[in-house]
Amino acid sequence: MNSREKNKSNSLLSDAWRVLKKNKAAATSAWAMVVMGLMVIFGPLVSPFALDQTDWYQISAQPGLASGHIFGTDDLGRDLFVRVMHGGRISLMVGLVATMVSVIIGVSYGAMSGFIGGKTDAIMMRAVDVLYAMPFLFFVILLMVFFGRSIFLIFVAIGAVNWLDIARIVRGQTLNLKGKEFVDAARTGGATTTRIVFKHIVPNLLGLVVVYVALTVPQVILVESFLSFLGLGVQEPMTSWGALVNQGARQMETSPWMLLFPGMFLATTLFCFNFIGDGLRDALDPKDRTRESG
Amino acid sequence: MDKILSVDSLNVSFNTRGTIITAVNNLSFGLQKNEVLGIVGESGSGKSQTVLSLMGLLESNGAATGSAVFKNKEILGLPDKELNKIRGNEIAMIFQDPMSSLNPYVTIGQQMSGVLRQHSKDNKKEARDRCVEMLSAVKVPSPDKRIDGYSFELSGGMRQRVMIATALLTSPDLLIADEPTTALDVTVQEKILDLILEVKEKFLMSVILITHDLGVVARTCDNVLVLKNGIKQEYGDTEQIFYSPQAEHTQELLFKSRELDEPLQKTEPNIEPQTSASIKKLSVFFPLPKNNFFSKTEHLKAVNNLSFDVKEGEILGVVGESGSGKSTLARSILKLQKPTGGSISVFGENILRMNNKQTKKFRKNIQVVFQDPFSSLNPRMTVSEILAEPLDSFFPKTTKIDAIQTITGCLDDVGLGAGFLGRYPHELSGGQCQRVAIARALISKPKLLVCDEAVSALDASIRAEIIELLLKLKQHKKLTMIFIAHDLAVVKKICDRVLVMQKGILIEQGKTNTVFQNPANQYTKDLLDSVPVPDPRLEKEKYRKRLSNRN
Repeated sequence: MNSREKNKSNSLLSDAWRVLKKNKAAATSAWAMVVMGLMVIFGPLVSPFALDQTDWYQISAQPGLASGHIFGTDDLGRDLFVRVMHGGRISLMVGLVATMVSVIIGVSYGAMSGFIGGKTDAIMMRAVDVLYAMPFLFFVILLMVFFGRSIFLIFVAIGAVNWLDIARIVRGQTLNLKGKEFVDAARTGGATTTRIVFKHIVPNLLGLVVVYVALTVPQVILVESFLSFLGLGVQEPMTSWGALVNQGARQMETSPWMLLFPGMFLATTLFCFNFIGDGLRDALDPKDRTRESG
Repeated sequence: MDKILSVDSLNVSFNTRGTIITAVNNLSFGLQKNEVLGIVGESGSGKSQTVLSLMGLLESNGAATGSAVFKNKEILGLPDKELNKIRGNEIAMIFQDPMSSLNPYVTIGQQMSGVLRQHSKDNKKEARDRCVEMLSAVKVPSPDKRIDGYSFELSGGMRQRVMIATALLTSPDLLIADEPTTALDVTVQEKILDLILEVKEKFLMSVILITHDLGVVARTCDNVLVLKNGIKQEYGDTEQIFYSPQAEHTQELLFKSRELDEPLQKTEPNIEPQTSASIKKLSVFFPLPKNNFFSKTEHLKAVNNLSFDVKEGEILGVVGESGSGKSTLARSILKLQKPTGGSISVFGENILRMNNKQTKKFRKNIQVVFQDPFSSLNPRMTVSEILAEPLDSFFPKTTKIDAIQTITGCLDDVGLGAGFLGRYPHELSGGQCQRVAIARALISKPKLLVCDEAVSALDASIRAEIIELLLKLKQHKKLTMIFIAHDLAVVKKICDRVLVMQKGILIEQGKTNTVFQNPANQYTKDLLDSVPVPDPRLEKEKYRKRLSNRN
């Protein structure tokens, strides 16, 4: 009780942030992601080499400070550091943008469907089922054939598939929240359906959604890597971590650094997001918080 | 008689971020074989912490000092391994909420035999037989079938029976019951309490019963221990304490609980009241899941052909057990639930035939306060946001400054200061949450207020405060109230008229005093009879009567 009085009027989120900071793995991961974000943004600006510039004298060069290629070069003599940073831009952007798109669509769709219920719900959810049934790769190839390859299409393809999961989860949770008395209270308070969904239901889904985002970002990055690996992803000379790993894998025996560096960045990102997701799940669980405050 | 448990100068304290909070202070008591000891107190009085410390179940930041000797063995501070031999074996415990203490994923048999196989080496068949035997001892109908069923198939009362049966499996010497009937209906409570007494005799156990209800104590206990803030107020024979209480706190508790039982001299509403709401032949049916695709859909008749009027300025009580359709009725009147048939008119307008504009005007005039103060406030909104919402939708032209004034004024009405504006619900106590919910209901200046079990989830002393607040507000704002409750004492105290419902059907309606003193219907009589009163002799008389009726 006393501790509660002391730091009064702190919101659930700031409470959660306090708990998150205490979770060493999650806090370290969060900082690591910030550092990585800064690196991929400013790295290419600092580097003397360009993305598609070939250094004729340093083809497949080992990493070394003397040559200026700190991550070495690839089999075409391009600086790997710059390529990894550029690849990071694409990978993280795909991860974040595609996740955001799918979260926005998925949450609105799921919350509406669950809240309105009845026939509307049935129709909306059957539509989701139909989209689920579409084979992902076929869908991607179809898009590529019609519109040609571009990064934008990857966002669309991944976003279009990922929101289905979120919509399902959000709908289930909404059904649960719908029965809560504060929703009835809002209705008797004259609130419209739209207002109830976006003011009362969605904020209460936040914990769930934040955790889902943290777990989806690495998943999306992996999907993009997978597409790039199959040659359906980004187009040369642009690159992504997935594409770099793909190239590196082919040169594994002669120049292992080509696999090592992009692989390391990719793996670190995945680890970090998983730790952050785990930490957020604990931090947003009210039970954990009460135990923590005694 | 030999002593089974003796507790000497027990102290329980909690270390919360450096602050030491004492929950139990220098407490001593004893327990004889086959005795029932009641531990009474309001919440926060340390009654649960006392027994948890004996069982070694304190939270990790708690510490207990002193001595507790159970069957000539010191049990305080015993290592977990030793305690596990005693817990669940020689001392068994049942809890308040039978819904959450049973695992819905395993069958009742698996759950029960799990306990058994921890403590004895019976094989599966023997374990099963023993479980069936115990289920029949607690009078679960057809125990050999129930044992393969799941907990969600049972009613609250039946679940509590299963919990008792589980506790009895290892033939414990001491049964600790922590508010075992608080979550149950009065008629079910009566049966469960009788059952506890019966198994106590049959298995020669001692029982510690923790409760806040003095009526329950009067009905079941030999000795009573009254606690307040972790300090012993009074300890002794039940009759002695009930008929000549020494401690001030005991007198206060007894006064409060008796006050609710006394017939009240109510002032009749002086003006000839107009009808503010009129319900005619209202029915609300819910379709039940079909057995197969072709079978006819069966319906649960939650409210069945109900007709009554609500007069302006009165408090109309609606009572009944859980499942009697009280809340469905409330939801229909609030236009949150579409009725299957009948009509509801509020202030002369049929609420079932309203367009959006009329609905909004209607909602402004009728507001609601729900049971659970925590779930009725959105945990992600501050108090001021919660109160601003109805203001926004009913008076969209209010300026910001006016809105803040209205909100502060409304908070002031319900006894909360402006300091609460920026708080979130989880930073408030249950009573404060309920005050905020009342403020939210009153901010649109309604004429009719529906209270759906508005005080049931609150502590006795807070309940009294909230009731007082409601009565005060009703006077000031000239409210009409529909007061739904399963707590008959509260209804008796504040309502002008009552409706008694059972399984969706109106059993009886009339002036409160008439219904409570001369109930016309047998069901009403049973309902009234099963409320325990804080009078041990009378309760023992009733118990004997019930026993002889049964034999």
